[in-house]
Parts: sequence; structure tokens; C-alpha cells
Amino acid sequence: MSSEATTAPEIHGHRSLQHHFENMEQQREAGTLGMWVFLVTEIMFFGGMFLAYTLYRNLYPAAFASGSNHLDIALGTLNTGVLILSSFTMAMAVYFTQTGKPRPQVTCLILTLILGLTFLGVKAVEYHDKYEDHLIPGRLFPGNPFDPAVQQEGQPIDPHKLHLLPGATKERVEMFYWIYFAMTGMHALHMIIGAGLLTYLIIFSLRGYFDPEYHSPVEVIGLYWHFVDIVWIFLFPLLYLLGRHFEHG
Amino acid sequence: MSEHIVPVRIYIVIFLALLLGTALTVAAAFINFPWQLNTIVALTIATTKATLVVLYFMHVRYSIRLIWVIVASALFWIGIMFALTLSDYFTRDWISVQTY
Repeated sequence: MSSEATTAPEIHGHRSLQHHFENMEQQREAGTLGMWVFLVTEIMFFGGMFLAYTLYRNLYPAAFASGSNHLDIALGTLNTGVLILSSFTMAMAVYFTQTGKPRPQVTCLILTLILGLTFLGVKAVEYHDKYEDHLIPGRLFPGNPFDPAVQQEGQPIDPHKLHLLPGATKERVEMFYWIYFAMTGMHALHMIIGAGLLTYLIIFSLRGYFDPEYHSPVEVIGLYWHFVDIVWIFLFPLLYLLGRHFEHG
Repeated sequence: MSEHIVPVRIYIVIFLALLLGTALTVAAAFINFPWQLNTIVALTIATTKATLVVLYFMHVRYSIRLIWVIVASALFWIGIMFALTLSDYFTRDWISVQTY
């Protein structure tokens, strides 16, 4: 074994090169590939929820439109913009790591973290609005079961009341909100995990841990962050937008 | 290093395209298209945005073939999951059977 090591001195080329890889490029490609395999499992995981959404929306179209129309489209659009911007700053963080510019790299990572936390803050405001309107499904909150006030014909429009389209019932709208909270909640959990990963990246970037030769952690956490962005790119129109045209078109 | 570094210009163009897509999909949501076109328009825009993110932000366009295979396999298996499940649910009322 030792004779092999002496004939291949480049094995010890970089302090971050693990012994079971030939060189930095092979190590980096293996890491990226592994992350993509993990993301496939994540796609299948979220895919199951998207399938549940598809089936129940097909079953209760009017109730899903009614529930969707009650969501705050302005906050939803704002959060979409925030998340797209955070994906951009994350991509730039990877770029500055690849080109060996530590200061803008740290700046971009911090911006990404701030934008991620902004998204979660807006989400918290939305969840609180739904709590106030008694739209938390089932009895998840003791003392605040699912029991929204329903807008009656001829009454003045109250934005806190649920407007039921023909064919929609409260029980069916509750199904929409189960799916809404399951999907956005699981997405928010991924954002919280992503914020933790970004904190790790920021700490180790400040210590000068990453350089153009070795930056797999920045790259694969970037992949994760973009994946979470993609989930939202689908959640936003499916949950917030489809159904608007029944009332506004 | 043979790693491809995506130029900043491309990142900015993709970022602006994603914002444009968001604006388009919100605007389209308030128009009452015939048939199921609202859903189709929304999903087309979302899929386009997701493809841009995958190809450029996630560097798949510049990645090795094996990454392409992994991404394609995800689409393939999610296709199986949707196709087989929906082929059951959407065809249940094609035949009349006694339900209990």
C-alpha cells in the first residue's frame, strides 16, 4: 500500500481531499451526484403530497377554489419573489466560491439566510391570519377548531369570512386546508433546515474553509436550497392562484 | 479543474426570467380562460421556471451525463406514480359496479 502512495503523490494534493478519492474533481462530482440522489428521494416525497392535492382538487374543485381564494395572494406573491431572489443570491454565493472571492461569498450567504428568514416570517404572518379566521384544520389547536365564518349572500363583504362557491362545503374546504398546511408546513420545515445549513456555511466561510478547489458543501447546500425554491414555484400557483378566475374572470 | 463556472450575466438573466414568470402567472390567474386552460397555463409557467432553475442555478446543463440520468429518473418515477394512480381514480366511473 505504501508503495502505491509514493507513486501517486498528487493524492495528498489538498487538505480537504479524502483518501478514497483519486483527486478533487472526482470527490466533487461524487458529492454532487450523491446530493442529486438525495434530491430524487425528496422529489418523490413531495410528489406524494402533490398527488394527494391533484386527487382532492379533482374531487372537490369548488371547495378548493373557495379555500384558495381566501389565501393572501399579495403575501404569496411577495414570498415567491423573496425566494427567487434568495435562489439568485445562493447561486452567486456558489459563483464567488468558485472564483475565490471570500468576502462577496460570505455576503451572498448572509443575504440568502436573511431572505430565507424573511420568507418564514411572512409565512408565520399568513399562518396567524388563518388561525384568527379559524381555518386551522381539525383540532390541531385546542379551543380553536376549524370553524370559519361563512360569507352570506347580500351581506357586506368581510375578508375574514369564507366565501363558498356553489358546490363547496365547509367540510370540503377543510380538506383543502389540511393539504395547504401539510404542504406549506413541510416546505417551511425544509426552509428551517436550509437556514441551519446556511448558518453552518457562513461560519465555515468566515474561517476560510472553502476555496475554488474545495467548495462541495456550498455547492450541494445550494442544490438543496434551489430544490426547496422549485417546490414553492409549484406550490404557489397550485395553492394561491388556481381558483381566482372563478371570482375575477 | 474542469468545473464549468456559469457567468454572472446568465444568473441575472435567469433571475429576471423567473420574476417575469411569476408576474405572468399571477396576471393569468385573474383571466377566466375556457376549459381547463387556467390550470394548464399555470403549470406550464411553473414547469418552465423550474426547468430554468434546474438547468442554470443547479448547473445541470453543464453537468456530467450521470447527473442527467439521475434527474431524468426522478421525472420518470414521479410519472409512474401519477400515471398509475390517476389511471385508477379517473376511470372508476367508466364502468358501473355495485358499491356498498
